[in-house]
Order: sequence, then structure tokens, then C-alpha cells
Amino acid sequence: MKRIFSVSVENRFGVLSKVSSLFARRGYNIESLTVGETHDPTISNMTIVSSGSPHDLEQIEKQLNKKLDVIKVRTFKEEEAVARELILIKIKYQASNRSEIIEICQITKAEIVDTTESNMILHLCDTPDRVEKFIDMMKKFNIVELSRTGVLAMKKCK
Amino acid sequence: MNGASLVIKSLEQENVSVIFGYPGVSICPFFDKLTESNIHGVLVRHEVNAAHEANGYFRSSGKVGVCVSSSGPGATNLITGIATAFADSIPLVAITGQVKSEHIGSDLFQEADIVGACESFVKYSYLVKDAADIPRVIKEAFHIASTGRKGPVLIDIPVDVLLEEGYEFEYPDNVNLRTYKPTLKGHSVQIKKIINELGKAKSPIIMIGGGVKLSGAGYEILEFSKKYNIPFVSTLMGLGIGKDDNPLYIGMVGNNGSKFANKAINEADCLIVAGARVADRAVKQPDLITKNKTLIHIDIDPAEIGKNAGPNIPVVGDLKEVFTVLNEFDESFDFTDWCKRLNSYKLTKSNMAEKTNLYVDPKEFVASLTSRLKDESAIVTDVGQNQIYACSNFVSEGADFITSGGFGCMGFSLPAAIGAKIGNPNKRIISLNGDGAMQMSMCELSTLKQEGVNVKIVIFNNKALGMIKEYQHVKYNNNYTFNELNGLPKFEMIAKAYDIEYKECKSYKETEKCIDWLLDGDDTRILELNVDRDAFTTAG
Repeated sequence: MKRIFSVSVENRFGVLSKVSSLFARRGYNIESLTVGETHDPTISNMTIVSSGSPHDLEQIEKQLNKKLDVIKVRTFKEEEAVARELILIKIKYQASNRSEIIEICQITKAEIVDTTESNMILHLCDTPDRVEKFIDMMKKFNIVELSRTGVLAMKKCK
Repeated sequence: MNGASLVIKSLEQENVSVIFGYPGVSICPFFDKLTESNIHGVLVRHEVNAAHEANGYFRSSGKVGVCVSSSGPGATNLITGIATAFADSIPLVAITGQVKSEHIGSDLFQEADIVGACESFVKYSYLVKDAADIPRVIKEAFHIASTGRKGPVLIDIPVDVLLEEGYEFEYPDNVNLRTYKPTLKGHSVQIKKIINELGKAKSPIIMIGGGVKLSGAGYEILEFSKKYNIPFVSTLMGLGIGKDDNPLYIGMVGNNGSKFANKAINEADCLIVAGARVADRAVKQPDLITKNKTLIHIDIDPAEIGKNAGPNIPVVGDLKEVFTVLNEFDESFDFTDWCKRLNSYKLTKSNMAEKTNLYVDPKEFVASLTSRLKDESAIVTDVGQNQIYACSNFVSEGADFITSGGFGCMGFSLPAAIGAKIGNPNKRIISLNGDGAMQMSMCELSTLKQEGVNVKIVIFNNKALGMIKEYQHVKYNNNYTFNELNGLPKFEMIAKAYDIEYKECKSYKETEKCIDWLLDGDDTRILELNVDRDAFTTAG
């Protein structure tokens, strides 16, 4: 079972390591983790995607709540959230496959953000599953470098 | 004043009268300023024992234990003691010196990332970067350590912060922690559910754990048991609350507990777990415990509820508060038949095994010793066979029972006993040790002499690591290896070296006489028991 944890924490040094070591220490899986400051500079927000049995997921939430630097834990399923992920891919291309790449970009709404004669960097911001599909489509080309942010998520408005 | 003075002044504000510590370059400013205070410093012989002594100090005095050590090896030596306290939810404030702020991260002489190393077994930790923060940090540390689910808090202070001059001392009146607000009051709907459930139950039982001692709820729970006529059992950590003359007290549960207490749990249709984590040592298969009964779990820590066994009625709150409310209901129940049945099991208690003249029977020794402790006293056990002998044969007549239950840390008994005695000088403290553990903690005999405290020390000498031997008997087809302690010192000579009274108990016939001798007088005494190498803790 997959679960998204949106965790507000004190914006202090060492807090990220405290939260991530909690996952390591209890053997919980982190599929992705993003951190950034919020509109309140004393608070950071972490979006953690984890998976496990319902019992594990409940324990993760309880253990997170026990951490003194954690202000609030919100947890939701993927379908309850608006989730986005950003990806950058650098690929090597030839004249023969350039138009195919451009075509894929048009369909997926990816952008070409940098090009040279042989390389280009593509950029896509979309839902995690579409990002996954996009990577699959790119695999047949020569991927030089790939970097993704991990999931950012927010519970849908009621 | 400087940072070190701010630390001392803050400790004074927290009514600290004793600290346990060991010096080193990075923490020297602290000891320098300690001379200006009335706080008594106990110089231990190894840093781990500073934490164990602070642990024992809390358990006999109820006051947060404070231990202090230097950076690097001084700090890492504390780790085992901090982890021991964490596993039993014991409130400690551990203060470590650190290398100069500007050098942190450069792998300097005696530098260790102690905050990082302790992360998973402290309740909270601080690395202080500005001396101005010291009073706030110490105020918060004591608050965090001693409220909610108690536990150790670590404060790491670089030496330059301790030496920074030019501060006025001002102690904050309140703590302001937006992320920390433990739930103390149990939810009234949940509490009412307990009463309703008891109305339906035919054979309810209470299991009391270490949390009962930590919240000081012993009186309230005994009242609850008496008022509604509900029998109770204890875990290892709850020993000492139930007295043997209480017909509602059935005994200790668990793989080292009594058969009838375990039988009682199995036959109960409603189990109220109070301040226990339902872990493997108390309950063989925690996940199966709910099979034929309603499980009510009351704990201050929401993460503990449902961790090992899913409760039907969870109640988050401080046990003292929850049971005070539970005692206010007018309901009455009739569990007379159930209580009678349990008490009939108690009568079947098996007799001690056959005796031989050659050795002391450790089971009988513990039973005889503890049945005499009717005044204010505490048994402090170590880990190994002595712990099992102690808990399985403990006669609860008034003594408290102090042990490293969660972490199972060898070498705990002697330092914890010293701390317990310092925390409450009127209490009679008896330290039980195996010959293995004694060699781990022996250096503290020196601390004991320096402090002039009186601890009654028992050494169960079977010239082996008996618990390991027993384990190898059960699990490794009697392949006894790595457990013989053939280079043991003559404990008589050790006692002499430290100028401590000594006696050996050679056979079971001398047991009573030797206990008389041990408990007599106001001085520290060492009683060595000649225990059979092949003696096992299990029956028969």
C-alpha cells in the first residue's frame, strides 16, 4: 500500500536527518522525499511517499507525530491528493531520431529547455505516473543523465 | 558569567542536587563552575555508569537524573547508558562537552557526532550553538524528559560556548514548544467504554507495566483493582506494585513469570493493559492476545498502542489521571468466582527443587532475601540468570524492583544501586550481580567508597555466563562455548582491595545466616554465593 505523508516540521538544522533516520531505524521504506521552506520561514514541509502494510503505515504516522520537531502530519492516499513531480532528462540524439523526440515532447507536454548539436535537456512537470510513463518512452534513446524531484503533494480541496 | 555558569544556574533552577559525571577537556568549564554551586558531583569510574547511576537515582528519588561527560570517547561511553534509560522510559538529562564550534565536522581530537549517534534512543537532543540559548534549552530538556512518555534528553555543548563570557542569568518561566503537548487526560468516551466493557466481562484482569511506576499511578491502580474486585498481574517492569498478601495480585507474567499468572491472562475475557508495551518477553505471541478476549490498552504514548497488539479499546493518557477517573464511577461488578478460581491456581505453586549441600540455591536465596524486605528498600538486579532468579522468585513484601528490563544491559546493577542509594539514602538498596556482570561494573566499587554510601552487594558466582549456557542448552544442543569465566578474580580479595566487608555463602544451609549478615549494619557488604555451574533458572 502506498501512502503520502505531508509533514510540517520546524525549519532547523538536523531535522531532516531526524526524520529520515526514523524511517531507517524502523525499517520503513522511503520511495521519495522532498523538502522545502513554506510561506512561514520557521516551518519546512516534507512530502514523503512510503509504502507498507496498513500496520506499518499507521506506525509511521504515530512515530512521526512523536518526533518533537514535527508540527503536523497529514497523510493521504494518492487519489486523494494533487501530486506533481518534476523531471529533467539529458539525452544524446541524432538527426535520425530528433523529430521522434520532439513528437513525444508535444504529446506529453514536455519541454526542451536546452540543446546542443548532440544533446538536449527535456523538462516535464506532471503527475507521478505520467512522469513514469515519460521515462519509459525515453528509455529507447540514449539517456545521459536523469534527475527527478520526487513527489510534491497536497490534499485536494474539499 | 560564562556559558558553564548558565548551565549550573539552570540546573539549580531545576532543583538538581546531584550530578553524575566524568571530566575531560571539553567539559572542564562545567566542573570549574560546579565548585561555585551546592550541587554535589559524583565522580564515576566509567561514563556509562554516570548514566546508570542517574537512572538508579531517578528510580529511587523520582527526580530527573543528570549525567555529564566530555566529548568524543567520554560521550560515546555514555551511549549504552542513555539507550538503557530510553528502553525503560527513564528521564535523564545527559550533558556532553563538544569540541570548539568552529572545529565541529573536522574530525578533531576527541570529536564525535554524539547527537547523530544517539538519535534513535533519545527523546530529544540539542546541539547548543549560542550560550544565550542555554537556560531555555535546559528548561525544555527537563520538561521533555519528565513529562509525557519520559525519556533521556541529550544536550551537547561545544567548549567555546561553555567558555563564552558576558551573560546575565535569566531563567524562563515557561516552556514554549508548539510541537510537544502530550495527552494526559484520557478521553471520557473511551473511559466510559472501559466501564461498559467491565459490565459485560466475566473474567477481567489488569496487567500493570513499568508505566504505572513512571506515572506514579500505583495507588490509583490498586484502588481500582480493589474497588471493582478485578485481579491483576504484573510485567517485569511493574514488579513491586502488587504485594504478595494482596489476594487480587496473581503474580508476574511472561516467559519468566509464574505459570498461574500466564494461565490467568489466557483465561481472561477482558485484559486491561496499563503502561506496558505488550512485548515478546511478557506475552509470547502479542498478535494472538486479542483472539479470545477484549483488549483495553491504556498508555501515555499513542505509538505504543496497537504497535504489538491491536486493542479493542485504546485509551491515550496518563495512567494516574485515567485511573483516578475510572475510580469515580459508581458501578459495581461481581467477579468473585473468577478471583476464587485464580487464587486456587496460586495454591498449586510448585515446591523448590531438590537441594544439594554443595551449593546455594539461588531461587531460595532470592525468595528468602526478598521476604525479609518489608521496610523501604529496593532490589536492583543485573542482567542474566540473576535477573531471572530475582524476578521469578521475588517475594513482594514492600521492596521495589529495579532492573534494566527493556535494554537488558549487563553491568547495570551496581551503578544503578549506587545511584538509587544516593537518590534516597533512607532506602535499603540490594544489588544482585552475576560474576560476569560484576566484572563489568566492578570499578564502581571505588565510586561507592568515595561517596561513602552503603549498598548490599550479592554476587551469584557460578563461574560462567549462566544465561548464555542455558540458552546454548535450549537452542544449540548443549554446545557450551564462550561462557566459562575461568580467570575470575577471588572476590574476597577484590572486597579486601576496596576495603569492603565480605562473606561467602557456600551451601544452602548457610543461606539464612548469610542473609542476616548481609542486611546487618550500615556498611557496604559483599556476599558471594557459591552457585552450581549447571544450575538453570527454569523449574526442576
